[in-house]
Amino acid sequence: MRVISQYRSVPNDDVPVVLSRDGPHGPVVQCANTAAANRGIQPRDRIVDAQAIHPDLHVEAADLEGDQILMQRLVHWARRWCPWTAQDGADGLFLDITGAAHLFGGEAQMLRDIVQRFAMQGLTAKVALAPTAGAAQALARYSPHTAICHQSTVAAHLAALPVQALRSDAQTNRLLTRLGLKTIGALEAVPRQALMRRFSHMAADLNPLILLDKAMGKTPDPLNAPADHITFTVRSRLPEPVIDPIPHLKGLVDDLCATLATAEQGARQLLLTIYRIDSECRSVSVVFAKASRDPAHVLRLFDGKLDGIDPGFGFDLLTLEATRVEPVSLVQDRLDGTRDTQTDIAGLLDRLTARLGQDRITWSSWTQTHKPERVEGRIPALQGGPSPALLVCHERPIRMLKPAEEVHVIYAVPEGPPSQFRWRRVVYKTTRHAGPERIAPEWWRDKPGTRLRDYYKVEVQDGRRFWLYREGLLHDGRGDDPRWFVHGFFA
Amino acid sequence: MENDSTYGRVLHLPRRIASSQQSGPHPAALPSLTDMLTPIPSDPSATGFLLASLSEITGPILWVQDHASRRENGFVYTPGLTRFGICHPILQVHVSHARDVLWAMEEGAACAGLSAVVGEVHGAPAVLDFTATKRLAMRADVSGVPVFLLRSSDPGVLSAARDRWRVTSLPAQPHPHDARAPGAAQWDVDLFRARGRAPGRWVASYEPDHARAADRLRLVSRPDAGPMDARDQPIPERSKR
Repeated sequence: MRVISQYRSVPNDDVPVVLSRDGPHGPVVQCANTAAANRGIQPRDRIVDAQAIHPDLHVEAADLEGDQILMQRLVHWARRWCPWTAQDGADGLFLDITGAAHLFGGEAQMLRDIVQRFAMQGLTAKVALAPTAGAAQALARYSPHTAICHQSTVAAHLAALPVQALRSDAQTNRLLTRLGLKTIGALEAVPRQALMRRFSHMAADLNPLILLDKAMGKTPDPLNAPADHITFTVRSRLPEPVIDPIPHLKGLVDDLCATLATAEQGARQLLLTIYRIDSECRSVSVVFAKASRDPAHVLRLFDGKLDGIDPGFGFDLLTLEATRVEPVSLVQDRLDGTRDTQTDIAGLLDRLTARLGQDRITWSSWTQTHKPERVEGRIPALQGGPSPALLVCHERPIRMLKPAEEVHVIYAVPEGPPSQFRWRRVVYKTTRHAGPERIAPEWWRDKPGTRLRDYYKVEVQDGRRFWLYREGLLHDGRGDDPRWFVHGFFA
Repeated sequence: MENDSTYGRVLHLPRRIASSQQSGPHPAALPSLTDMLTPIPSDPSATGFLLASLSEITGPILWVQDHASRRENGFVYTPGLTRFGICHPILQVHVSHARDVLWAMEEGAACAGLSAVVGEVHGAPAVLDFTATKRLAMRADVSGVPVFLLRSSDPGVLSAARDRWRVTSLPAQPHPHDARAPGAAQWDVDLFRARGRAPGRWVASYEPDHARAADRLRLVSRPDAGPMDARDQPIPERSKR
């Protein structure tokens, strides 16, 4: 079976296409399609050589990691045919169909089904059925037609295949070819003792005799199948369509939390899906600040979230799935009977976020800068924790306006803040002031032409203390007369 | 010599006991639900007084603002809070309607991990009635988390808050080094409704240099703070010659 990366647009069969990967001396061919292979392009050829010979060659970069991820998904997908599947090399799958073939109407019918289902996914599968894994992969890769062999016929099927089909290393293959042992049948015909001495120093997974024994079924070759992914999904099928999901939610949540508790997991994200009778589905998702499996807490997060869900003409199936889980061990109260308050805050963050939205609940984040409005940023509470505040030497207001609001100067004085100004339609008279504190623009961040600011702490006649600033200086060449803004309030 | 002159006699003026000593707890001790009203908008004095009374806290604060109060009064600027000794993080929640402020405050009041819950509402929205404040106060009574309601430009409608303060700015104390500059902040605080103690009116200021955190908020009686109390004591006589 050959994994072909997804093309942006699938080329025709007569267009030669190769996939390239990085080799030690420049890019090399990872694999070639039929048209390219017919022209004699082999894997591990240099791309530049191939392009020089075939100017119309299409070269695409191979996505090896993507292929690997796809293969791992296919390993689990292939369990639709049998319970034991494993990956074989970079481009193969082993399916142990012992006792499963009759479910698909016999072995030949099953192989046809496998080829067909892979083709439906856009993948070309070459399949073979043999009593051992070694024989099956050799037949799948090197046999010209789909082979089905049994214990009695495996030797006959393998005899015609080249020795490369045993998948020893290149050096051994070359040695065997030099000895005149070009096929597996020839290798098997040689007396064993003569060869055993020559290959006795080789590792077991490269020794051609041991590989041959495994393929023939004389040595056991167990399949190591990876464990199934555990999905935490509960569903509730209803006898007839309903409109309101809320009465069914409690049962679902209780079931899911019990499942999670058995597996010692906690959910970080839940997805509730309703399947409507008009073949549509709607889902609602909730996120947790800390993994949880407390049914009461989960139920509270769904409060009010289901009002916006559109049930259409009703739905008859609900599923609740934990899309992200984390291990959570049992939580125990402290010895003195008090609870861990960190858990309380995580629960509070969950409830606030579920109802108000993620961007509304924020912690402070800090930036090293002189601009007062840039020092403190906001990060959503579910994405990051609180960080310790930066130390600011100068006196800073306790409240800030965003953006700063312009004041109308009524009576300016040459030095210092205006002695009378109007802000929000009220006239203020300055009684005392402190300053200025000059904050220059940061040339590495600000746009060119940004003006400096002179900040003043200004007390007005009713006792309030404003933080005013003048943007720019007179005749600084960066605009008109400087304007005044109120930026914050002192206590 | 003793009889012909009042020289050396100490005038026995009665002295008012500060209202803070009349009842047990400190006037700014933290009850369950406290209203802090500022009659005019964008007056930061209530925030200052609130922060001064919060300087003993030991955990994060939940600060909920509705959109109108954020536009009128600005948002809380954490670098300015370090002067009040508040170095714990503030979880800011910004909602659009006063209804959500009340809901978020109720959620916060039920969370024992917080050290205080502050909600800010501008004006007098219809949802913030006596029932809503009663609900908040009872929720705060159960959990023990102090809850504050900052209400700017509030007409003084009915509220079930245990303590209700009206706070306005006063001209600052003189600056120790610069006669033209304002010094430490002062506020006129008026406790006009209180449960379990007498209301009163003080001039409050914050003195960050005190060793005990409880002493940093200083309350001084105003000279025009009403009639003498029956328990007011005369100034004790100095040692007689």
